[in-house]
Amino acid sequence: MRTPEPTTDGLKLDFSGIWSYDPAPEDRGHAKIDARYGLFIGGRFVEPKSGRYFDTHNPATESKLAEVAEAGAEDVDAAVAAARKAFPAWSKLPGAERGKYLFRIARLLQERAREFAVIESLDGGKPIRESRDVDVPLVAAHFFYYAGWADKLQYAFPGKTPKPIGVAGQVIPWNFPLLMAAWKIAPALACGNTLVLKPAETTPLTALKLAELIRDAGLPDGVVNIVTGAGATGSALVNHPGVDKVAFTGSTAVGKKIMESLAGTRKSYTLELGGKAANIIFEDASLDQAVEGVVNAIFFNQGHVCCAGSRLFVQESVAGTVIRKLKDRMQTLRVGDPLDKNTDIGAINSRMQLDKISGYLKIGLEEGAEMYQPACELPGKGYWCPPTLFTNVAQSSRIVQEEIFGPVLAIQTFRTPEEALEKANNTPYGLSGGVWTDKGSKIFKMTGKLRAGVVWANTFNKFDPASPFGGYKESGVGREGGLHGLMAYLNLE
Amino acid sequence: MQRLDVLKTYKLLIGGAYERSESGRYLPLRDKKGGLVANIAWASRKDLRNAVVAARGAQSGWAGRSAYNRGQILYRIAEMMEGRKTQFVAERMREGATAKAAEADVAAAIDLWVHYAGWCDKYQQVFSAVNPVSSAHFNFSVPEPTGVVGVLADAAAPLQALAASLAPVIASGNTVVWVGPAAIGASALTFGEVLGTSDLPAGVVNLLVSERAELRPHLAGHMDVNAVVAVGADDAERKQLQLDAVRNLKRLTFWEGPAADPYRILALTETKTTWHPVGF
Repeated sequence: MRTPEPTTDGLKLDFSGIWSYDPAPEDRGHAKIDARYGLFIGGRFVEPKSGRYFDTHNPATESKLAEVAEAGAEDVDAAVAAARKAFPAWSKLPGAERGKYLFRIARLLQERAREFAVIESLDGGKPIRESRDVDVPLVAAHFFYYAGWADKLQYAFPGKTPKPIGVAGQVIPWNFPLLMAAWKIAPALACGNTLVLKPAETTPLTALKLAELIRDAGLPDGVVNIVTGAGATGSALVNHPGVDKVAFTGSTAVGKKIMESLAGTRKSYTLELGGKAANIIFEDASLDQAVEGVVNAIFFNQGHVCCAGSRLFVQESVAGTVIRKLKDRMQTLRVGDPLDKNTDIGAINSRMQLDKISGYLKIGLEEGAEMYQPACELPGKGYWCPPTLFTNVAQSSRIVQEEIFGPVLAIQTFRTPEEALEKANNTPYGLSGGVWTDKGSKIFKMTGKLRAGVVWANTFNKFDPASPFGGYKESGVGREGGLHGLMAYLNLE
Repeated sequence: MQRLDVLKTYKLLIGGAYERSESGRYLPLRDKKGGLVANIAWASRKDLRNAVVAARGAQSGWAGRSAYNRGQILYRIAEMMEGRKTQFVAERMREGATAKAAEADVAAAIDLWVHYAGWCDKYQQVFSAVNPVSSAHFNFSVPEPTGVVGVLADAAAPLQALAASLAPVIASGNTVVWVGPAAIGASALTFGEVLGTSDLPAGVVNLLVSERAELRPHLAGHMDVNAVVAVGADDAERKQLQLDAVRNLKRLTFWEGPAADPYRILALTETKTTWHPVGF
């Protein structure tokens, strides 16, 4: 793809050297992090039987935040046993009472929202602007939403009698640690299940803080159990015979391993996996709005988003203008301290993830693509990747086909809507997509033809507890959120 | 002199055409005395793959039909069966069923087609939602067809089973590759002739008669099949299906016997959620 750079339209704002930002750090003094965390089993924190602990770090400074227990097979066994023990009473509790516990959790979280936001940014590297304004409010909203379902389940599925499934084993990723915990815990509890949750090894802290809050809410012992650890802990959990239902959010590769390992068990499963979403801009779109949307689609949360708009398709007639505007906008993005309220792009979550992203940048260049990164100063310590876009890519390029999970955008062009759809759907993934046009009929034709579970038209990366989320094809099985999300945690008889 | 019967060659239905198996294989259907009634085409892996190609080719067109139109076509299938009731009863009796059981099966099967015909333009309203999101967006969720669906049938109540495993799958716009056993091959392939006169577009339903264990791994492992419905699968088969389905994360659905149930339609759909800003 060759896109001539327009030379005449528009003046460019130059921010360099004229305005500088003073640091505006969020205070971390009120965020209490213990030196060491045990496992939350049967309503209290216990030492791991494995005797092992691992460190969790701040990816922006590489400094140690806390030590966290590593649950071994025996520990997972104890957690599942606690959940099994708690299940009969919890599932028989009137729905209205179950709901009240969830309402309590939502309220307690709102009261401690800032503390949770700070810890989320410290442990995971995401900008405080996002943890404060997106993650934590959505977590509270999610508990509040599902709280209200607990005594209304008989209205959700006409003609059926909903029954809880039993003990849920839930494994969540590091990109939205607290939000994914809420997505898993709230519907499971509302439907009368008990559960064991395993947070990701690089971001265990907010889930453990949530355990404190669940304890404070007076939830019966064993209804929620939280075990920390890495892949082996997750594997022990999903393969435990005492688990009736598995819910996993993470990579497609691991999702397939889980589906395989569950074969022959009759355990039900829901999987929220990878994506390679196409964002499609037509020439009749509001281009400034679209560029803002593209920035949010791929640079939100450092691109660590399964539904990130990591492929951009621009109609050929406006490609030059869009790319120029996008580059200009990228120059104004601020990369740095996640706790600084002016930061747009925080730290990459881990050394491992940074290596993976860097590997893809190299692959992109080797494949002959043109890379653009704005000039920006990166902190000396920590894991950082500037916002990046590639042009001159082919449909077969690995950076177009594979999920990078970083702030890296691959741009292609198209001439007709049919071509855009053909290219957009030409992927094993089908999680999300985006369409930008001012023509209503075109929106519905496009959103109807995109093979993806969530489609944003003239917007992107919006989330709400009432809105079902989940993928087509290899992006997963099942939905989370909304009425549809209840189905994952009920047997319909 | 007694008149000599005219025997029928039972052919597979692939992409709207009635074909023998490319493999040349057949399964003999015999009467109680052991006399040959018919040779039934015995589908191979290559037939299965051809059927998947036909089903994929037909899928977007079928899903693009209006729900009303799909409903009319499903109803047309019931009409066509009704007119051939005596043939189906005779066919079932040749397969060993009693007259009473055969008549009951045929009648119930026709009624199932009528039932699902009516769902074609209603399940969307039952299972869709306008979602009350907190931001200034219009947000709604609708079920869309999953795509190409494989159906593994068993031999119980065959015409009802055919109806209850085909109608809910195609009602939403999926296309089907159906694999059934030789025990019901004659009535299933005769049912294929009903489909040929019901305005159903070619390739929407493809009917293969074969050994279930032979074709199952190729169906469950096929990268262009989106979902598999297994009727009457035991634990061992469920396990094997799940292992084979992993490659492209195929949706697996297990049904027992025939049923009139819109949740069967829902099971072969994907929920799509669409967002749009609200503002001037």
